[in-house]
Amino acid sequence: MSKLIFNRRGLIKSTAAVGAGLAMPTIFSRNAWAYTNEPKGDTVTLGFNVPQTGPYADEGADELLAQKLAVEHLNGEGDGGCLNTFTSKALKGNGILGKKVAYVTGDTQTKSDAARASAKSMIEKDGAVMINGGSSSGVAVAVQGLCQEAGVIFMAGLTHANDTTGKDRKANGFRHFFNAYMSAAALAPVLEKEMGSDRRAYHLTADYNWGWTQQESIAASTEAMGWETVNNVLTPLASTDFSSYITPVLNSGADVLVLNHYGGNMVNSLSNAIQFDLLNKQVNGKDFKIVVPLYSELMAAGAGDNIKGVLGSMNYNWQLDNEGSKQFVKSFGEKYGKPPSNSAQTCYAQVLLYADACERAGTFNPCGVVEALEGFDFDGLGNGKTSYRKEDHQCFKDVLVVRGAENPTTAYDTLEIVEITPTEQVTYAPDHPLFGGPEATLGTCNSGA
Amino acid sequence: MDAFILQILNGLDKGSAYALIALGLTLIFGTLGVVNFAHGALFMIGAFVAVTMQKVLNLSTELVDPTKKDFLGNPLMVKTPYVENWFGESAGQFIINWSVPLSILAAIPIMLAIGFIMERGLIRHFYKRPHADQILVTFGLAIVLQEIVKAFFGANPIQTPAPDALNGVVNMGAWLNMSLSYPLWRIVYFCFAAIIIFGVFAFLQFTTFGMVVRAGMADRETVGLLGINIDKRFTIMFAIAASVAGLAGVMYAPINPPNYHWGMDFLVLSFVVVVVGGMGSLPGAVLAGFLLGILESFASTTWATTTIPGINQIIIYLVAIIILLTRPRGLMGRKGVMEE
Repeated sequence: MSKLIFNRRGLIKSTAAVGAGLAMPTIFSRNAWAYTNEPKGDTVTLGFNVPQTGPYADEGADELLAQKLAVEHLNGEGDGGCLNTFTSKALKGNGILGKKVAYVTGDTQTKSDAARASAKSMIEKDGAVMINGGSSSGVAVAVQGLCQEAGVIFMAGLTHANDTTGKDRKANGFRHFFNAYMSAAALAPVLEKEMGSDRRAYHLTADYNWGWTQQESIAASTEAMGWETVNNVLTPLASTDFSSYITPVLNSGADVLVLNHYGGNMVNSLSNAIQFDLLNKQVNGKDFKIVVPLYSELMAAGAGDNIKGVLGSMNYNWQLDNEGSKQFVKSFGEKYGKPPSNSAQTCYAQVLLYADACERAGTFNPCGVVEALEGFDFDGLGNGKTSYRKEDHQCFKDVLVVRGAENPTTAYDTLEIVEITPTEQVTYAPDHPLFGGPEATLGTCNSGA
Repeated sequence: MDAFILQILNGLDKGSAYALIALGLTLIFGTLGVVNFAHGALFMIGAFVAVTMQKVLNLSTELVDPTKKDFLGNPLMVKTPYVENWFGESAGQFIINWSVPLSILAAIPIMLAIGFIMERGLIRHFYKRPHADQILVTFGLAIVLQEIVKAFFGANPIQTPAPDALNGVVNMGAWLNMSLSYPLWRIVYFCFAAIIIFGVFAFLQFTTFGMVVRAGMADRETVGLLGINIDKRFTIMFAIAASVAGLAGVMYAPINPPNYHWGMDFLVLSFVVVVVGGMGSLPGAVLAGFLLGILESFASTTWATTTIPGINQIIIYLVAIIILLTRPRGLMGRKGVMEE
């Protein structure tokens, strides 16, 4: 049996060795592992996580087209797109920080677990420094949480629930798209102007997180101007035929139907409401009206003639008459033969905003990027003057109120812009009760170091 | 009272779709003993026959109209359907407008052919395999079929409107001094479903072919021993069941815009209908289809959803549990079916 003998020389030697060992990671690896997926070669990889299968696959395909276009423009290919109109002039068309931009794609399937798995794979296997895309709030919240844990930046795609930058906000996550509160704040004055302040509204609401926050926001805004909410019926997400939900509306005394539905749900519920001739009815001595708070171009195409005259809101529409929008429509249209959707535009803007933030920060380090994006004011990406609020990482910009066109001349002008609601009207306090109240915080930035 | 009658009508309408799909499922199960999870996909393919017909009739020549601009400011390409060029504008528009009813003519041979190919090419290899194998392979087939449809038509729903003459609402309560406006096409759908259901029962009841099939359903081996090629007749029955599902899909297209996922949306409900009606029982499938359709409608009323929140989401499954607990073979199930 050996005997362990301690003496002063041995103790000093051992202490020095242990001390050196402990110091090793900070001495030799601080630069190697300063943050997650620090680009080492001459390329930087972005991860585009969009629905490539499932009900929102067409929307995902459109997002991917825009993301690819953004990469092209960042690398100095094509016509440069919005690099020509963007008010920040940090981007030079030579990639990001001199590194050529590459990308990998993942399929969210519009399922939170699948979206997290594909984002995780892009971060761990492909070395993605930023994840962008998506067509659902459930997915956005799930992927945002993952990115926060992994120490990469999440630039959300289409996500409209208040929670994304409300109670589920994260320091590493940023949303350019508008939210349910903004839809309600933009729509309410138009609804009052067109329908009056003495109305009775019946809500059909998709039974999941986005539907609830949408309904809550619209009810709050319309009740504040004098409307009464007669009823709110939650409809299963898997519903296909809404006739049995429509007929009770006829006997409820309501004179407005609010469809808090998105995608296939909205196409079906609106089609069913039109089949029952609701828009030609008179209730309480007023013309019956239908409101669809959140529109998208694909939903409008799916609903066809049924959207004629129906009011809703959008984050962006290709018919916007500003330099950034005109440039983006030209670049996108000439390359793909169709105008961009609002989900495509938000993804394009997000990729450029991330790249620009890296350039201005002089690093890909997520904490540097967060600092560069917080409180960043810009223009020239299609929405007009826009600002990334520091407290919740939500973009504030004008919101569009749109209406289904009565006489569209092509397949692309089925929606017409009724009003561009100014930013001030859709702005709220960061600790607003609908956004998690004072308890909701971003937490601290995670660089993954 | 108005609301009550409207919900009955809604229920009958929904039930029509459930009954038609469940009828086909039961026909296949009763004749071939196969649990066909691809049956919902046949309903979806039927709807896409209507979509294809609409697209074919809208095939157009393109001419530049310099007076109009596209979204990029270039001269607009104006489309004129070939049928308008061939038959004149009004006749051409009439044909396009009636594309869904015209689709029925195309759907019958197409669905018969698909049913025949499906049965001969795949299903027959699984007759003697366990039900679990049949479910797996037909479920896989359903996914393949929906992905093929998605590859061609995309994931977005496609509007397939009813003819203008059959659009709008009719006031069914005029003679009762009630306001009972109901969509005309939904009434057409119910009548169509009733005709198809009656036709299938009449075919099985009053024709020699049907008599042999019913005998085969009761005792396949004995019928075979009599020198009758029962397999051939069952293949034809499979094709007929596929046609019934396809026609149900064609006529349903104007009610809700078809999308590639329709098959899955209706499949689970239709299986519940079959189980509640009684495995292998054709009248049971029809009865359960209408019964569950009506119950689902009533569960969606304001009164029901405020009294028991969420009842609209569980009613069908709740009823299925109650019926299976009290009548394990379903409403009209036969002894010995799936009980070995």
